[in-house]
Amino acid sequence: MLAVDASQLMAARDQMALSLGFHIVLSCFGVAFPALIYVAHRRGLRGDADALVLAKRWSKVAAVLFAVGAVSGTVLSFEMGLLWPGLMSTFGDVIGLPFALEGIAFFVEAIFLGIYLYGWNRLSPKVHLRTLIPMIAAGVMGTFCVVAANAWMNSPSGFNLQTAADGSLKVVDVDPVEAMFNNAVWTEFLHMFVAAYMVVGFVAAAVYASGMLRGRRDRVHTLGFRLAFAMATIAAVVQPLIGHVAGMRLAEHQPQKLAAMELATTTEHNAPLNIGGFLIDGKVYGALKIPGLSSLLARGWFNRDVPGLDLAPQADQPPANVVHNAFQIMVGVGTALMLFSLWFWLRRRRGRDPTSGRRFLKMAVVAGPAAVLALEAGWTVTEVGRQPWIVQDVLRVRDAVTPNGGIWISFTVIAIVYAGLGTITYRLLRSMSRRWREADRTATDLPTPYGPPIEDDPRDRVEARR
Amino acid sequence: MSLAALCAALMFFGVVAYAIFAGADFGSGVWDLLAGDAQKGAHLRTQIDKSIGPVWEANHVWLIYVLVFMWTGFPRAFAAMITTLFIPWLFVGLGIVLRGSGFAFRKFAETLTQARLYGAAFAASSVITPFFLGMIAGAIAGGRVPLGRGDLWSSWTGPTSWVGGVLAVLTCSFLAATFLASDAERAGNHELAVQCGKRALIAGVAAGAVAMIAIIPIESDAETLAGGLQGRAAPFVVLSAIAGLFALWRLRAGRFARARVGAVIAVAAVVIGWGVAQYPDVLVDHATISDVAGAHSTLVGLLITFGIAAVTAVPAMVWLFVLVNKRDWAGDSH
Repeated sequence: MLAVDASQLMAARDQMALSLGFHIVLSCFGVAFPALIYVAHRRGLRGDADALVLAKRWSKVAAVLFAVGAVSGTVLSFEMGLLWPGLMSTFGDVIGLPFALEGIAFFVEAIFLGIYLYGWNRLSPKVHLRTLIPMIAAGVMGTFCVVAANAWMNSPSGFNLQTAADGSLKVVDVDPVEAMFNNAVWTEFLHMFVAAYMVVGFVAAAVYASGMLRGRRDRVHTLGFRLAFAMATIAAVVQPLIGHVAGMRLAEHQPQKLAAMELATTTEHNAPLNIGGFLIDGKVYGALKIPGLSSLLARGWFNRDVPGLDLAPQADQPPANVVHNAFQIMVGVGTALMLFSLWFWLRRRRGRDPTSGRRFLKMAVVAGPAAVLALEAGWTVTEVGRQPWIVQDVLRVRDAVTPNGGIWISFTVIAIVYAGLGTITYRLLRSMSRRWREADRTATDLPTPYGPPIEDDPRDRVEARR
Repeated sequence: MSLAALCAALMFFGVVAYAIFAGADFGSGVWDLLAGDAQKGAHLRTQIDKSIGPVWEANHVWLIYVLVFMWTGFPRAFAAMITTLFIPWLFVGLGIVLRGSGFAFRKFAETLTQARLYGAAFAASSVITPFFLGMIAGAIAGGRVPLGRGDLWSSWTGPTSWVGGVLAVLTCSFLAATFLASDAERAGNHELAVQCGKRALIAGVAAGAVAMIAIIPIESDAETLAGGLQGRAAPFVVLSAIAGLFALWRLRAGRFARARVGAVIAVAAVVIGWGVAQYPDVLVDHATISDVAGAHSTLVGLLITFGIAAVTAVPAMVWLFVLVNKRDWAGDSH
């Protein structure tokens, strides 16, 4: 295969990591935001005017986020070929099917987004509300398909390798359905799917919590917080269970990844759980060791083996420090979010309103970015934990990377463009929210049976066009 | 027709759909760029927002569809194509990012300055993107993309690529102007419709002229393509010319809805003609469909996927187009 220099490979990996890390946040909104909008919109149609305000505003936010998500997703599909032609030329027809099916999901989502956004006051209220349902379904299907392709890289199946006469490897007996329903797909899909609901729930709740911190305690804020936080709670409670099942799978199928996550240098019985810590020259430093817990958590009982990094030759071991610490961030933050959200509902049940305290609100604001952090950390575990393989035990990343030089240039361009996009998106959403607030204060007549016109204030328009 | 050829045809169906629908969206951006200052261009820009706002994301997905069909059905051709044409694909990627986000940002911009900035990003990238896509098409059709690794520069800077790039921008502009004229007329803005009709005439004549002049460089640079266009694909070329002339004739008469039909047929026919001319090559002169076809079972899977899309995404898309073409969708919702 082609030998590329290490810095070239690093640039390609960094570009992929950046593109994926950026897109994954937006795609969470593509997956889970329609469900949140649906809940608010449905309440709104049943007479809750504030809920309808939320649905209308959220649909405008979705318009911005989905547009950026659509284009950043397209960049990823380009990069599959631009950066990893060695993967696509050899295995394109093995993992292509879920991508093709994902294309359908993307179509459905984009079409109904268009209908939903422009359907206000044009479609009958009932039909309009229902156009969200295909978007929610497309979110399920799209997540499944994209994650199926990733899961296949972790747990490849649905093909055989044959050595040709000239020594090159040939892919034969391709079964795309078996490849799609590989061993890792269900746990990885559920983990990502629920993560999307967590991210959207906590981020949206954080927005309203920060409004309440500034003294905006009108019902739009309290309701917006409650709806989003409820969604986040459900997801946050289910997530640890799914994560646990996903982790149990690793011992058999990706032992090196599990070893790196647990910072286990050698395979052992009754393996201790390392909390924190770094691996330096093959030894673990600075970890808090809890005897036997790693075996219990990862394998189900104390007397079971937890695989060690030394199962694989040094060159085939993932960078354990990155994987271990990313894993602990994910688990730590995820657990904290679960406890935090449960605590909120318990207090509420006892008749207290936690949102009246500033400390709670501050924590709720932090929970938004924290959920994103857990998401990114989780993807770091998945991707870095598979190194040096792009397809576990089959194809190395360095054998799949493009032979083209100058990836640092495209990486730099992408970094600049995404930094700009991220900043603009953030500032634009804040400016929209401020303009809505100002309109709320000034507008006394907010009539129309179908909800007040929120955006498209003709004054803005004339101003913007003049 | 073999299974692989059927899959290639379905992939190319996506190319045609993308050329028409996304082509009109890109072309709208071209006119946005040329609409003049904020005051003069306000009407046209508002119309552009309304016309492509509900549909551009759905239309954009056709590109994903084509890419996915190509890497799944013809993985080696995909890898070769994207590796050799690395640079124009980077520009296309950048253009798509700036176009989509610029368009979405402008709609919610707070101040005029911001709207101008986002609008400029949207409009400029609406020129860049189809131009480089046209260059990519020209590179493949011109036989400069080998099944391996071609030259990073010369493979996409030949005469056929330039023809492809220029023609892509002009046909997008032609399509867009007829679409905008017809949309403006339906929205009751006759004055704007007439303006767009004029623009469509100019773009249409320019596209036709370039297409005719292009015969000379293509003859020498891309023999296989030229042979195909004069032979097997000749009926499509003729159909495209007739439909184009029909569109121009209807534009002159101010019958914009009719002109739109002619424009769509003209562009579809010329794109189909390209496909027919290079059949059975995926990468002209370097790889035929059967050379690079993926596993049989995967091709069957693609066929089934297309079937699923035909009963899910396609009816939804038809509904979207029916809705946006209804009279009460043409005006304001508020």
